[in-house]
Amino acid sequence: MAKIRVITKPEVCMGCHLCEVWCTVAHSRSKDIIKAFMYEQPRAQPRILVEEDLPETFALQCRHCEEPKCVAACIAGAMYKDEDGVVLHDESKCVACYSCIMACPYGAIRINLETKKPLKCDLCKGLDYPYCVMKCPNNALEVVVEAEEFV
Amino acid sequence: MLEGEFHTYMLPEFIIERRQDRCIRCRVCERQCGFNVHWYDEEMDMMREDEMKCVGCQRCAVMCPTNALIVKPHPGSYKPNANWTRERLQDLKKQSETGGVLLTGSGNDKPYRIYWDHIVLNASQVTNPSIDPLREPMELRTFLGRKQDRLEFKFGEDFEDVEITTELYPNVQIETPIVFSAMSYGAISYQAFKSLAMAASEFGTLFNTGEGGLPKELRKYGKNAIVQCASGRFGVDPEYLNVAAVVEIKIGQGAKPGIGGHLPGEKVTMPISVTRMIPEGTDALSPAPQHDIYSIEDLSMLIYALKEATNYEKPVSVKIAAVHNAAAIASGMVRAGADIIALDGLRGGTGAAPKMIRDNVGIPIELALASVDQRLRDEGIRNKASILVAGGFRCSADVVKAIALGADAVYIGTPALVAMGCTLCQKCHTGICNWGICTQDPYLSRRLNPEIASKKLVNLLRAWSHEIKEMLGGMGINAIESLRGNRDHLRGVGLEDWELEVLGIKGAGE
Repeated sequence: MAKIRVITKPEVCMGCHLCEVWCTVAHSRSKDIIKAFMYEQPRAQPRILVEEDLPETFALQCRHCEEPKCVAACIAGAMYKDEDGVVLHDESKCVACYSCIMACPYGAIRINLETKKPLKCDLCKGLDYPYCVMKCPNNALEVVVEAEEFV
Repeated sequence: MLEGEFHTYMLPEFIIERRQDRCIRCRVCERQCGFNVHWYDEEMDMMREDEMKCVGCQRCAVMCPTNALIVKPHPGSYKPNANWTRERLQDLKKQSETGGVLLTGSGNDKPYRIYWDHIVLNASQVTNPSIDPLREPMELRTFLGRKQDRLEFKFGEDFEDVEITTELYPNVQIETPIVFSAMSYGAISYQAFKSLAMAASEFGTLFNTGEGGLPKELRKYGKNAIVQCASGRFGVDPEYLNVAAVVEIKIGQGAKPGIGGHLPGEKVTMPISVTRMIPEGTDALSPAPQHDIYSIEDLSMLIYALKEATNYEKPVSVKIAAVHNAAAIASGMVRAGADIIALDGLRGGTGAAPKMIRDNVGIPIELALASVDQRLRDEGIRNKASILVAGGFRCSADVVKAIALGADAVYIGTPALVAMGCTLCQKCHTGICNWGICTQDPYLSRRLNPEIASKKLVNLLRAWSHEIKEMLGGMGINAIESLRGNRDHLRGVGLEDWELEVLGIKGAGE
């Protein structure tokens, strides 16, 4: 199984937070920035977070670990790894116990302010390309596909 | 008001129009502005702005994801007056409040005649064929350095195996007659400096270190570097001179002839202090003159000291600002041993200069170039030095015209900065650059990604080179060498007799 991840390059991350803006758009119903922010209720929430300790900044989202601790920790079977190696979250099964949030070593899982359930990067499943990478104005985010190592 | 402070009488230069039906309050504008123009008012749930601080760099407008921002010149103005323009009044008010010299960045923005716009190029019709550069080879390769007075050859049997027996002077090969101007690490950010080095290296041309040294890890780009030895001697060490392609003695700069340089202590960060070999946080003062050069003879001593230090393997360039007696000075420079004459004209850029100097001292590069080239030809020493010209080249046609006027190659500074993002807001001297170019603030400089910026610079060089080939082809010329000094391909439009005479070109129709 090939491993897909978004990597961040802090040396060129300028802390503009546009990745968060476009993550919101990617997870909106309309995929239109004005509608997503000004009309849709509830407003979609970003799954990427720009960590700041100025001047250092970098964008953090799910690492889609090979052996995800969140999946192991999930008591309801809501967190799972799909056939593409993407770690996904099924809200319908989730009981909002936040075990995944506690288990994630990267602090990459956030809480949906509406549903109070965990919120995480899905690598823009169903869209052409991860919006955060596509819209980063300084190429500080990059999609890497690591081929499976043959042993 | 506190003691010594005034309520400012200045008017804002720009007005910011925020289309509320588009503003999503993402605060990107706030984070992108180093001048702190924008802020978010939580109580009102609105983005707000302080127009007095806006410099019109357009960074916020470009970065706004919904195009909600329009930044435009402020319509509020004084009673129109041809003599007392808004700029003059603003400058007077600023000086009455600060008591200081007006500082500015970038190049002369006054409406002096731009001769390039009064010179037109020739093209082949009927009696001589034009050339299609997409189908036929076209040579832009240029060699910078001293050329021999005469060459001796040795021929093998049947004139095969031609061999030059004359010992050649060191020359530097560049793939296009366009070179990046001197912009030092310190004046511009590490990222901008590295972008220029990367682009020059990739395209096969040169960048110029300015008087800021060459950081150790960038010395691998040395073979594409012109290293400067200027009046402050910052960053000069034997390795610095020997890794370079060309060593340049900087006497003057087009934006501020007769004026030295001053990098304020705040900009002298640890890596800059290491590169320049001065204590961290101290002002880097480049004196106005080179204190060991008071005559052509003194210049000759420094030229040969540098040639000695580099084992006579590198051409030595001498850069002067284009001033009234440029032709006579250039002649002296060639006789002193300069292999390249670099001329920087009235419209040359700068990281910081007194505004009065920038806007009023020096002569246009077109006239300086024509007179220097003519003088060196008249004296029979044109072959002894290449001529590099700088200061106000805006497009590839300017380059072609300069080469036809006698230049060997052209320095581009401002076009390279614009390619990297610069919008000529002229606030380089403040140390704040929202484009990450002319700043040492790590939060601002990281927004310039050298991978992206160097690609844009290479694209610019490629585009201009292609256009130059098209223009050459149109003239029926297949090598840039054939255009060099070929003023017959130029005609003046709307110029006075004296201007045509200095330029050495005929009027259109003649």
